[in-house]
Amino acid sequence: MAELIIISTLNGVLYGMLLFLMASGLTLIFSMMGVLNFAHASFYMLGAFLGFQISQWAGFIPAIILAPLIAGGLGALVERYGLRTVHKHGHVAELLFTFGLAFIIEEVIQMIWGKLAMDYRVPSFLDFSAFTIYATNYPAYKAFMLVFSIAIFIGLIFLLTRTRAGLIIQASLTHPNMVGMLGHNVPRVFMLVFGLGTSLAAIAGAIAGAAFVTQSNMAALLGPILFVVVVVGGLGSLWGAFVASLLIGLLQTFAIASDWSLSKFFGSYLSPTRGTILFDIWTVTIAQIGPILPYLLLVLVLIFRPTGLFGTRDT
Amino acid sequence: MKWQMPKKLLGLAAVGLVAGAGYLALPQKTEAQGAPIRIAYVDPLSGPMAGIGDTGLKNFQFILEEINAKGGANGRRLEIVPYDNKLNAQETIVQVQKAIDDGIRIITQGNGTSFAIAISEFVTKYNERNPGKEVVYLNYAAVDPILTNDKCSYWHFRWDANTEQKMAAITTFMKDRKNVKKVYLINQDYAFGHGVRDLAAKMVKEKRPDIEIVGNEVHPLAKVTDFAPYIAKIKASGADAVITGNWGSDFALLVKAAADAGLQIDWYTFYAGGTGGPTAMKQANLPNRIFAVGEGFANIPHKEAADFEKALRAKYGVSLFYPRGVNQMRMLAAAISQTKSDDPKAIAKALDGMKFQVFHGGEGYMRADDHQFMQPLYMASFGPIKADQPFDEEKTGWGWTIAGKIDLKDTLVQTSCKMNKPS
Repeated sequence: MAELIIISTLNGVLYGMLLFLMASGLTLIFSMMGVLNFAHASFYMLGAFLGFQISQWAGFIPAIILAPLIAGGLGALVERYGLRTVHKHGHVAELLFTFGLAFIIEEVIQMIWGKLAMDYRVPSFLDFSAFTIYATNYPAYKAFMLVFSIAIFIGLIFLLTRTRAGLIIQASLTHPNMVGMLGHNVPRVFMLVFGLGTSLAAIAGAIAGAAFVTQSNMAALLGPILFVVVVVGGLGSLWGAFVASLLIGLLQTFAIASDWSLSKFFGSYLSPTRGTILFDIWTVTIAQIGPILPYLLLVLVLIFRPTGLFGTRDT
Repeated sequence: MKWQMPKKLLGLAAVGLVAGAGYLALPQKTEAQGAPIRIAYVDPLSGPMAGIGDTGLKNFQFILEEINAKGGANGRRLEIVPYDNKLNAQETIVQVQKAIDDGIRIITQGNGTSFAIAISEFVTKYNERNPGKEVVYLNYAAVDPILTNDKCSYWHFRWDANTEQKMAAITTFMKDRKNVKKVYLINQDYAFGHGVRDLAAKMVKEKRPDIEIVGNEVHPLAKVTDFAPYIAKIKASGADAVITGNWGSDFALLVKAAADAGLQIDWYTFYAGGTGGPTAMKQANLPNRIFAVGEGFANIPHKEAADFEKALRAKYGVSLFYPRGVNQMRMLAAAISQTKSDDPKAIAKALDGMKFQVFHGGEGYMRADDHQFMQPLYMASFGPIKADQPFDEEKTGWGWTIAGKIDLKDTLVQTSCKMNKPS
């Protein structure tokens, strides 16, 4: 049991940190545009495919550096030549723009790389087990992912709260006009924030793609959960995204490890007839409903605390 | 290091060259003529399971090209027309209706038992209401026994062995695997996965009462990206073998997570060979400890099958994941040639009970009682290919080795089907 708890905690934290890498960019972009970027998970996918391609040509280290840079650059271009133009027409137009962009990115990726899974592998120098807990190996690559994402998290906090650039960004997010008056180029700040946000997603993609499967459906699989993270954490709140990411990561992982069901609690007292709908509800385990728990959380948060855990503005 | 992007272009060029060369080399006179007989292929061509749908489509395209090159069906060409059902039941029926509206009266589908049941019921109803415009449904991969039992239909024909036959093969094979003491069941949370789970529990108990079932899990279909939590649970259960019906990305990701955790167990699978599976299995590094059941595998020594496999790989860059697809289409062509008609009513009558030499050799037949195709089955294990084995999978250097064969007579299962046959 202790083994399962430790492994599940590690898995949950890792999953949570990956979610955070993506959610942090998404929530930053939301603070800026006031609109959810539907294409955010697509940049995650783009990061994975670029990471794969560059690792084929130049090796893994250049891949995880260049892939986010290229994806971030593309993100910045999208902001500069796409969103900034669309912005004039209001939020709905922006929302639809990112919605369409998600499909375009997916289609382009399928045209270039096809619909099949890429053979994106963990680099050989990280392909060993870092340590063994009881009898389960914890792969060095996963430890690397964990350390790497924590380092980026700390770096991001440092950038936003301790540097001049960070102060300007924070100020631009909340008081763009005032910052503009002070002589800063606010549109450029927005462009850079969009580029930064998308490159964070691409980093997550580039390192997660090797650990899981790099395939043109990655964005669709992960996209919805990202929205849950930013809404639960509070739209626009970086700390909220961090806490919500870990919360959802741990929630999903521990749900899977659990075999509890209603019948386990009440099984000896009463039981509905086998074959009825009630029986299905009675015997469904928490593990089975694990994947929908985040969405349940989303619904509950929206009902009872619409601002999210750390949010300040209404959703 | 491989070059992925340019390879795609090269591949296109190669396809062009091969196609051109093939066209020149073919004896032109036997090439089928006239308006093609179209077959609608209704399967996922986008979304999570697109990889599987795409491989299937390429398989069928090649199978039909081969049939057409040898004169087609009754002298006419066969043509596959793709319809994307997006792995969605409602969309499946929409696409079948669309195919019928396009004038297609032969439907083939395989991925997803729940969609198969929907098609079978739809086609049956449609045929009752539209006499003279019947549609026939050729099922190449949806394996829920219910399709050839309680919900059987005269208009549904299945070429894949059903879950019961496959599980019987797996559990019979397990009789001699004395290292297996504790089995964990993990399956997809829908009709097919539930079927695998229930049959595994029942048959393991019958054939190896000493084996303990230490876990019984279902997870959502095509939604899990990281199976590490599931693997932790399997590990904690102390299992030494897993039985799973998982297919597509659900299998590849499951095995990949097992590889990461260093899970050293045996795997008994239905669809390990699907797109992405071989790559993940190579990473898991469990040589010849992952088994799959099927009607045929690439390295079975059979000259004609090996030539076919080689040509398919050269042209489309995919393996023959559906040897049963060859049986299906050749039998369809035979039915059309025999009856000299492309009318589904005549085709269904000819297929009903038809005997046929299967792709990897041996006799098979379409059982008239329930329209379940009966054929020999094989158990194969996945590991580094030996010198005399021509085929690896997904360029991993690993491939299939036959570990056991189940003769046709041992695959026969009872059916509760009471079929309404039109007179």
